[in-house]
Amino acid sequence: MINHLLRQPLPNIPTTSELDVIRHFTRLSQKNFSIETNFYPLGSCTMKYNPRSAKAIASLPGYFHLHPLTDSADMQGHLENYFELQNMIAELTGMSAVSLTPMAGAQGEFAGVAMISAYHRDRHDFDRTEMLIPDAAHGTNPASARMCGFTVKEIPTCTKTGDIDLDALQKAVGPKTAGIMLTNPSTFGVFEREIKKIAEIIHQAGGLLYYDGANLNAILGRVRPGDMGFDVMHLNCHKTFATPHGGGGPGSGPVAAGARLKEYLPTPMVGKNNDGYFWLTQKECPKSIGRLSCFMGNAGVLLRAHIYLRLLGKSGAKRVSQFATLNANYLMKQLEKIGYTAAFPKRRASHEFIITAKPLTQKTGVTALDIAKRLLDFGIYAPTIYFPLLIPECLLIEPTETESKKTLDRFVEVMKIIYNEAHTDAAKLKGAPYTTPVGRLDEVKAARELDVRGVTDE
Amino acid sequence: MPFIPHTENDIADMLAAIGVSKIDDLFDEIRSEIPVATLNHMPEGMCESDMTRLLTERMPDFKWGSCFIGAGSYEHFIPAAVWDIVTRGEFYTAYTPYQPEASQGTLEVIYEYQSMMAELMAMEVSNASLYDGASAMVEAVLMALRIQKNNAHKILVPKNLHPHYRDVLKSILNYHPFELIEWDYDKKSGRVDVTQLQKINKDEFAAVIVTQPNFFGVIEETDTLTQLIHEKNALIIAVVNPIAMALLNPPGKWGNHGADIVCGEGQPLGVPMAGGGPYFGFLCCRKKDIRQLPGRIVGRTHDAQGRQGFVLTLQAREQHIRRAKATSNICTNQGLLVTAATIYMRLLGAKGLHEVAKKCLENTEKLKKLLSAVNGVKILFDAPTFHEFAIQCEKPIEDIIVAMKKNHLQAGFVLKNNYPELQNSLLVCVTETKRDKDLEKYQGILQ
Repeated sequence: MINHLLRQPLPNIPTTSELDVIRHFTRLSQKNFSIETNFYPLGSCTMKYNPRSAKAIASLPGYFHLHPLTDSADMQGHLENYFELQNMIAELTGMSAVSLTPMAGAQGEFAGVAMISAYHRDRHDFDRTEMLIPDAAHGTNPASARMCGFTVKEIPTCTKTGDIDLDALQKAVGPKTAGIMLTNPSTFGVFEREIKKIAEIIHQAGGLLYYDGANLNAILGRVRPGDMGFDVMHLNCHKTFATPHGGGGPGSGPVAAGARLKEYLPTPMVGKNNDGYFWLTQKECPKSIGRLSCFMGNAGVLLRAHIYLRLLGKSGAKRVSQFATLNANYLMKQLEKIGYTAAFPKRRASHEFIITAKPLTQKTGVTALDIAKRLLDFGIYAPTIYFPLLIPECLLIEPTETESKKTLDRFVEVMKIIYNEAHTDAAKLKGAPYTTPVGRLDEVKAARELDVRGVTDE
Repeated sequence: MPFIPHTENDIADMLAAIGVSKIDDLFDEIRSEIPVATLNHMPEGMCESDMTRLLTERMPDFKWGSCFIGAGSYEHFIPAAVWDIVTRGEFYTAYTPYQPEASQGTLEVIYEYQSMMAELMAMEVSNASLYDGASAMVEAVLMALRIQKNNAHKILVPKNLHPHYRDVLKSILNYHPFELIEWDYDKKSGRVDVTQLQKINKDEFAAVIVTQPNFFGVIEETDTLTQLIHEKNALIIAVVNPIAMALLNPPGKWGNHGADIVCGEGQPLGVPMAGGGPYFGFLCCRKKDIRQLPGRIVGRTHDAQGRQGFVLTLQAREQHIRRAKATSNICTNQGLLVTAATIYMRLLGAKGLHEVAKKCLENTEKLKKLLSAVNGVKILFDAPTFHEFAIQCEKPIEDIIVAMKKNHLQAGFVLKNNYPELQNSLLVCVTETKRDKDLEKYQGILQ
């Protein structure tokens, strides 16, 4: 009956023996740097230790094989985990309600901005079409604002103090202002000191404040975005709550909202009444911006985040920001002692900080890229480079709280070797890395002569 | 202190090096107008053993052969080798391959994935994946609107597309000036209503979504649909099940010119159901449209010594460069799940995938036959199905669900909540994991 709909011939995917497949992928894995094999001070990405216990528990058969549409009555414990996670996030952020469903930071941003849009629409405030975004923001911020139909207005940040230009902000706000998207501490690795003032300016203009949770690790358990005046925010479980980055995903970006925006949170969420835990859907939340994933976001990631937070508890959560901050400030001081230039030497580092290689480049020709590549030869993953865009030749360094002093000291030693090499043998740095499976790759050729698909063979 | 390695001496030395007396001093730039958090409701921490105990107690029951729900998440057997390799720290705890020299493992896996996924769909190119099937479909729609030249703003959306996919499409397209038009289905066959398609005007629609199989598990006449849709000058967005594509004609081969954009849920390829995620969405297109393809793409190149290597390519489309002008705001793929899918596909090969698909079909036909012999149970649609089919019962569906539950079976997906016209109906899913005794048990309870 379906013969004319059948596939002929089969796809060209060879069958390989199990042993050969295992060898092939094990060998491939060995070409990766990872947290479990290397120090990975990638700024803005919070590459902390990912507890193995979270993986083990999430792999128990009842969670691993759970069908997402299982009757709520048959997965009360599972829903309870979510419910607890919602509550812990609400408390850690100072917000009133939480939806766990966004599947990554960028989708959390989309959700938050969509909620701001829904709020203004609901009040028939249709002229608020502008989203304010500092020029130092993550690239996803303007992209997410566009996805929700806003036009983006950039607000300058002072590259001397690291704070937002308040005068420019005051001039930028008006009846068209829908809101502002902010990261605090900012991508400069410093705390935005004028945050209360900013909140006042925006709220007075009738706008709302969105908090990009990318850097939440810096203040976890210390101060809360809700107390700073933010109305809505997302968090990155793969950063702050130690879920694995998996080579670039899965992430998870729960969104938390204060009183004004909570009824717009995306569905599903988990509620509780006398009968137990249940799904909150569009039916119970008619003002919700709706569903963003087929089921419950990146459920398994949320489970790992829940486990991490329960292991840490209240005191453990507070220690996160304390030690992330201690490590970052220690590292910044030690690198300055070598001769590296901190972008904001007079400021405290939050959980990360920026070194600008510009003076070194001027003197020796060695760039941030060269330093990054040379670090790989010493078995250290490179910091984030050339971001934020406003600081020339920058390296954004985030050690996280789970690294020991010994690891930091070794990093300092290596950075010293590289600093000396820059002055004695710059050419050597230009040719780095030498010890990795391949050297610097021809990215221009990759883009020009696109080869994105090959024939699979052993 | 969980996961914090500092000794008292370390702390003292570090504070001295910084020039402060206590850790709290490092927060002195945060003004006192912002209160220090108290976290009154947050519980204290637990040890690993207590936590393992607690979550094992909270864990839902699991028994092989008991789940007959599909509806977007499918139980397939995953060889042990897949997740043993996937959870190696080198894959599990790496990040986006910004430094390709130190990320060749992840990059080569993605390149292999792109190659196999394009092959499976018979399409020219694939990206490195998106969040899930529903969000990949939304991106496919946005992409279609970018490449479509006819200036149309309407998208034809089948009613027999997964209801949650339709919800997600609405949530995200809400902020764009596009119009979603519902495409009804034929009540007898369960397939999309071809006459509705025939009636639309040329250039009226930017794109038409075609699913294979559709939400009811029904196999669509994709060649006929493709020809018709292209005649109307609309683009075809295929939403397909990847396992089914090892058995059914793949979208790249539909009609004379194939589908234009292909997407779907990658979960069936080695990813556990895991309560709904993380999964991954796949997205394939024609090579000419690759600059409009959102998400990461890996390309092959070489280093100065001529050694082959892999890099993220065409990054100029992405938000960290293009910011507000990016093709999408998405900046991750689902790397780990793609790793699982790549290993799964390599282990099975085309032959193994074909066998899984065939077994799904055979098992489904077996259960269909068993159930059509039951009094008061009707197979709802007469068109052929893949691994899901709808039944309608004389008895109230709630009673059936309860009876199945008593026997530790999850009966299926109740259709009336999303399709009020389908009262007392159940969408039943059978994959290769079912044995004859499971099917007989299901029939026995229904009798």
